[in-house]
Amino acid sequence: MSQILQQLVNGISLGAIYALIALGYTMIYGVLRFINFAHGDVFMVGAFMGYYASTWVSKIAPIGTVPAAILVFLISMTICAVLGATIEFLAYRPLRSRPKLTVLITAIGVSLFLEYLGQLPAVFGPDPRGFPAIISSKPIIQSTLLTLNVVQVVVIGVSLMLMFVLRIVVMRTKIGTAMRAVSFNQQAASLMGINISMIITFTFAVGSALAAAGGILYASQYPSIDPLMGIMPGLKAFVAAVLGGIGNIPGAALGGFIIGIVETFVAGTFLSTYRDAIVFAILILILIFKPSGLLGQKEIEKV
Amino acid sequence: MRSTVFLVALSCCGIALASCNKTTSPAGDTIPIGEYASLTGNTATFGQSVHSGAVLAIDEINTSGGVIGKKINLITEDDQSKTEDAAAAVHKLIDRDQVIALLGEVASGRSKAGGPIAQSAHVPMISPASTNEDVTKIGDYIFRICFVDSYQGQSMARFALNSLGKKRAALLEDMKQDYSVGLAKSFRETFAKSGGQIVSEQSYASGDKDFHAQLTSIRSFNPDVIFVPGYYNEVGLIVRQARELGLTCPILGGDGWDSPELTKGNESAFNDTYFSNHFATEDPDPVVQEFVKKYKAKNDGKTPDAMAALGYDAARILADAITRAGTTEHQKLRDAIAATKDFPGVTGMITIDKDRNAQKPLTILRIVDGKFHFAQRIGANGEALTPFNPNGKNSMAPASTAPTSAAPATPAPASTPAGK
Amino acid sequence: MRSNYVLLIALAIVLVVSQGVGSLNHYYLQILMYIGFNIILATSLNLINGFTGQFSLGHAGFMGIGAYSAAIISTYLTTHGFGADGAMGSVVLMVSLIVAGFVAALAGLAVGYPSLRLKGDYLAIVTLGFNEIIRVIIQNVDFKIDGVDYVGGARGFTVPKLTTFAWTFSIVVVVVWVIENLINSTYGRGFLAVRDDEVAAEAMGVNTTKFKVRAFVIGAFFAGIGGGLFGHFIQYINPDSFTFLKSIEIVVMVILGGMGSTPGVIIAAIVLTILPEALREIDQYRMIVYSLLLIILMIMRPQGLFGTESMKRRAKRRAENKPATAASA
Repeated sequence: MSQILQQLVNGISLGAIYALIALGYTMIYGVLRFINFAHGDVFMVGAFMGYYASTWVSKIAPIGTVPAAILVFLISMTICAVLGATIEFLAYRPLRSRPKLTVLITAIGVSLFLEYLGQLPAVFGPDPRGFPAIISSKPIIQSTLLTLNVVQVVVIGVSLMLMFVLRIVVMRTKIGTAMRAVSFNQQAASLMGINISMIITFTFAVGSALAAAGGILYASQYPSIDPLMGIMPGLKAFVAAVLGGIGNIPGAALGGFIIGIVETFVAGTFLSTYRDAIVFAILILILIFKPSGLLGQKEIEKV
Repeated sequence: MRSTVFLVALSCCGIALASCNKTTSPAGDTIPIGEYASLTGNTATFGQSVHSGAVLAIDEINTSGGVIGKKINLITEDDQSKTEDAAAAVHKLIDRDQVIALLGEVASGRSKAGGPIAQSAHVPMISPASTNEDVTKIGDYIFRICFVDSYQGQSMARFALNSLGKKRAALLEDMKQDYSVGLAKSFRETFAKSGGQIVSEQSYASGDKDFHAQLTSIRSFNPDVIFVPGYYNEVGLIVRQARELGLTCPILGGDGWDSPELTKGNESAFNDTYFSNHFATEDPDPVVQEFVKKYKAKNDGKTPDAMAALGYDAARILADAITRAGTTEHQKLRDAIAATKDFPGVTGMITIDKDRNAQKPLTILRIVDGKFHFAQRIGANGEALTPFNPNGKNSMAPASTAPTSAAPATPAPASTPAGK
Repeated sequence: MRSNYVLLIALAIVLVVSQGVGSLNHYYLQILMYIGFNIILATSLNLINGFTGQFSLGHAGFMGIGAYSAAIISTYLTTHGFGADGAMGSVVLMVSLIVAGFVAALAGLAVGYPSLRLKGDYLAIVTLGFNEIIRVIIQNVDFKIDGVDYVGGARGFTVPKLTTFAWTFSIVVVVVWVIENLINSTYGRGFLAVRDDEVAAEAMGVNTTKFKVRAFVIGAFFAGIGGGLFGHFIQYINPDSFTFLKSIEIVVMVILGGMGSTPGVIIAAIVLTILPEALREIDQYRMIVYSLLLIILMIMRPQGLFGTESMKRRAKRRAENKPATAASA
């Protein structure tokens, strides 16, 4: 079947974006132990910021060139990092010592707020918009066996690069060590002189910046953006994070690729109408046999 | 802590009271008309378009003195694209605002939730764009001014077979939209019955962005035409991805394609695609041109889409019926709407038939370099009103003067230009 | 014994009030009915999330199963000689609702089993997954019996109108009464024990497995009935009414009301049903105001809007809220 190779490529490029969003979920979960429901909407804001940034950047550098693309990414990622840190400061920080379910509700509130604010005609408006071609969509390979274009390669490349950078930051730097300490034991970390609030703000900023990058990549590959575009990718990325073992960074990446590939393969068969159901069924099966996710560590319950 | 609870409770009561006090103006000097639309939620883009068309029509009517000596007061309720919210909105409009008629909804599902309420209260309801057959079967107070799903699907199937001369079709439908499922169903039946073959059937769900998987699968069946009865948000991506994968055959669709946003950014991908629609902005008919001009002036130069045109027509047909009835009494107003005949709407000559559906022609447009060109006009009974125009260039026949003689469709030469 | 009188008196009040609602503005009646459905859904979810401490994000799935099962039964009966009015309508509704409850309870059983192995967020995502699976399946089902459309996939399903005020609120009373009595019975303490400390409960001889599955089955049963009532009121159901967003709406009611407090959850269901209606005047801005209010309320009253727990339970909650350091990665 000539299809298999093509579907695999399609699946990997979709999975790379899921992985990027899933990383944000998993980092925030690792540090704060709660599901940031608004993450998918930060992803949406990231795509819109990329849209506005590119009109602005086009005055300096022509759209489609590498410097312009880097500039668009940097602007959008910075704005979203600030947005993420602000959301944490205003909506989550006052509830830090409260049960996590309480914070979940404020997260849902933030999510609804961003979605409905975006739908106002004065803000983004409800109409889907075409995303400028900041990354060329020219084909690299075009044959009946395989069609591969620049966007797909860039999406996979940029995602892998960002994951690699994140891995270095978390494992090799001082702030990364502090992040891991906070995620391991918050109280003990604060006794060691780690500024917990600063670490949490940093985590939100990095997670949101990754979501923004995901948003631009997603919008480049599927150039139609609207204020509700974050819901489904957000949900799928969340599934990916849980599948890989939430709180585990390589797990989130693995989960993202698995969900992307499974989804693409199912969508290409006669079962395409059951696609979402099959993705969730696989998730449920894996969790039943491995309750803490593929790479998650089993939590030892202390009595 | 007690005091905060008290404050919160108080503010909630305050909001509730504030909204209760805001009663609608007394029924003496204005005529209240209700509109329920999806101004937010996943079909917000259509709801807002219809709304802007309706507002344009009402403003125009009010500036020219209103109807039967009174001004119209349009009361709009957002239903968040949710079924249960649509029902609540209709109840609110009928029971609290005492509207004399309703405009809405775009989506058939929400019209089916609001329709029974309007029917049992005997308030006439005109849906601008609910194309599902069952909507007007709710009762004798429910009307529509757009054509129905089956008519569109059948027309496109015949167009593919007779005008384009294609025999192997692939279907890609949106499982989440009853509109898309309905169009696909009638296309499938007509196409198979009339000698064609459906070689592959795939589906997606609204909100999806990646269609490579379905298209890769379709490609392996080697169809010579693809029918994608979806909404433009997804269709824009589908056509682009299909062309990227090397699917060069013609792609057909329905009125859900109509939007200036459809081809943005990938104009060339849309060459050799066709869709059925209610109207065309380049139609030289003065009714259409006047509408396009006024709409642009009011909406910051935005080009109106079919939804805006339907919203505009729905509001004008209602106003016309009020004038003819000479009263806002429900029964007489209903009869006046039912008697609508040859109303010169932006979306064609509209006649309401005995099933309260609109009898009107359908226009098939061909997309060339991102521009919509007239290709063929199909009459209400499926007959071709004009011969197929394969070049699709500058030959827009005015809608109101379409020849009524059922000229047989000229089979297109097999060498219909293949897309790039 | 005393609680039985409470039940009878409450039912009597519902019947008396129902005689008067006919004259009520239909719009207000509609809101009242929505409040009724939401109370049924929120109190039944409260049994799973609030009392038993499981985290379900799939309640709308059970509601959807109930709505569709009830609609299939009632459509079959009304097209096969049974009337939809008066006493006959009540019989049809009752049969449909009972079936809806049992079918949803079966689904609850299926969802309850994974809950034995999964906790917290993992369980949340699995229940959410079940919700989406149910929705996708409904979207793909479409069949005809004797020329009448059933289920209808994405096109939706037109349902006869059978739900009345008296039926809805009688069921509200029964659901609230059953859950309150269950929780306050000796047997029902098991649910609370599972929530408060699973290991200790197990050590004391509570079969935690049974209690978790039971919470799901009972919660799903009532959600199914709530869905059946909803469908026969709104007369048109489609899969989009039962997405995970609806589940989240119900979860918000439970948490805002104060987890594990039945009066709190009832008040939250009322407030959260009225709030969007009260905000109608501001059109497109209402969901923005709604979401802001949600955030502000949670920051001001993190234990729930009207969390009025009894002293016994408050002590337990304090113990539960000990710093989350025990969970090590």
